[in-house]
Amino acid sequence: MNEWLYVLLFMIVGALIPVGAILGGFLLGPKKPNPLKQSTYECGIEAVGEAWVQFKAQYYIFALVFLVFDVEAVFLFPWAVKLGALGLYAALEGVLFIAILVVGLLYAWRKGMLEWA
Amino acid sequence: MNFWTDPLKVAADWLQGVFTSWGMNEVFAHVLVAFLGVLLLITILMVIDIFLVWIERKVVARFQDRIGPNRLGPFGLIQPFADIIKLIIKEDTTPAGADKVVYNLAPILSMMSVLIIWSVVPIAPVILSVNLNVGVLFLIAAGAIGTLSIIMAGWSSNNKFALIGAFRQVAMMVAFEVPMLAMLLIPTIFAGSMNMNDIIQAQGGLWYFVLSPLGALIFLVAIIAELGRAPFDLSEGESELVAGFNIEYSGMKFGMFYAGELLHAMTFGGIWGILFFGGYRFFGLEQVSPFLAIAIFLFKALLGYWVIMWVKYTMMRIRIDQMLVFNWVFLTPLSFALLMVTALMNALLQGAPVWLYAAGMFLSNVVVAWIALEVARSVSRKERQKVEGVAQVAEAHH
Repeated sequence: MNEWLYVLLFMIVGALIPVGAILGGFLLGPKKPNPLKQSTYECGIEAVGEAWVQFKAQYYIFALVFLVFDVEAVFLFPWAVKLGALGLYAALEGVLFIAILVVGLLYAWRKGMLEWA
Repeated sequence: MNFWTDPLKVAADWLQGVFTSWGMNEVFAHVLVAFLGVLLLITILMVIDIFLVWIERKVVARFQDRIGPNRLGPFGLIQPFADIIKLIIKEDTTPAGADKVVYNLAPILSMMSVLIIWSVVPIAPVILSVNLNVGVLFLIAAGAIGTLSIIMAGWSSNNKFALIGAFRQVAMMVAFEVPMLAMLLIPTIFAGSMNMNDIIQAQGGLWYFVLSPLGALIFLVAIIAELGRAPFDLSEGESELVAGFNIEYSGMKFGMFYAGELLHAMTFGGIWGILFFGGYRFFGLEQVSPFLAIAIFLFKALLGYWVIMWVKYTMMRIRIDQMLVFNWVFLTPLSFALLMVTALMNALLQGAPVWLYAAGMFLSNVVVAWIALEVARSVSRKERQKVEGVAQVAEAHH
């Protein structure tokens, strides 16, 4: 438990340093805002329309494919740690598990999910 | 035990003694000493970070046949300090319509996500902050905070360029996390531990680069993509998105993104060195003194950083669709194939002598790499013939 104290301290100090730097900039810099300066940048012309534009649905599909592989990491790390002690049978089990995931990736590929249409 | 063999413990014990002699609570004194240690490490990192600005500018200048900053101080060494003063006295503008809380939190998280990685990085045999038994997983968790800071910056800036840059960066980081995870499993298999220090200790005889050269290469590609550096700098894409996700940031808030990116690159250079090149180990030299071990680790980290810069200033940017297809269709299947082969070879060669184990691993890597390259070559040849065939048909119709 003692070790997580250091992680917490790293988080606190790691947040304090940028906060301090930004606060320093805030105190030392000039503050003369005007509407023109605060308008969002769009290559020198006035911003057209909403900034929150619609984005490609493809990003969602890639995120879904990722989700499958990210969850699997939780199962694979303990397997990788104990692989040396468990021998060939466990290695084959793990390979089978990865193969099933790869079949899922192939399915998404065949369905054209991985193409930027 | 003296200061030259275990400086951190000696200093910590001495400080603990001083604080308790002042009548401080034992537990509180311990926390205070830990706090001071963390503060010292992070301060040193920030000083290194300042000089990374100079290193980056000098190296890019050399790659582009220029001299780089050379006016302020010897070799322009004072230049980064001038940059910092300029950033601090700049006006800090917030764009109209920005989501203020998220907008201000993003640069802080960007810097913090890099600094907390250093909590699990072993710098020398006796100098490591946290001997976490899930160190490798912690790396991924800390990296996820960096992704979060980018989507926060892009979303809250109320700017189209920023939002498009953030989409691209998140899609890319999410995509390249899969080969990165798979390659993190390979040192884990070899060392039989997720602890970063154990992984270094297990590389006494052979660096994992020898056992898995292809793994080291895939990991390098994945970390460059995670960093969002060229050829994967789609989130910044100067020629199309101007500055990408950090376009609306000015002054020290921009400075935090910039410093965070540079430190991130060096940190990942160091992690590459730890996982595949033995970290602070260098043929027993690390046993001489912890200070020498620190120098070795720093040298390896900077060498990794230099390789990342070398790639950055040599390659051109690739398109977002090409980048995602490259990952999902080539790099991910390749990394899983390598993982399966490594796991099987590890089980088959379990009782074998070291030289046979190393040779088997190395050769299996070479074979996997060769097969992957041949498949890629034949597929791209077919694609090219298809395109050329269409062009010839079009020519005939003319």
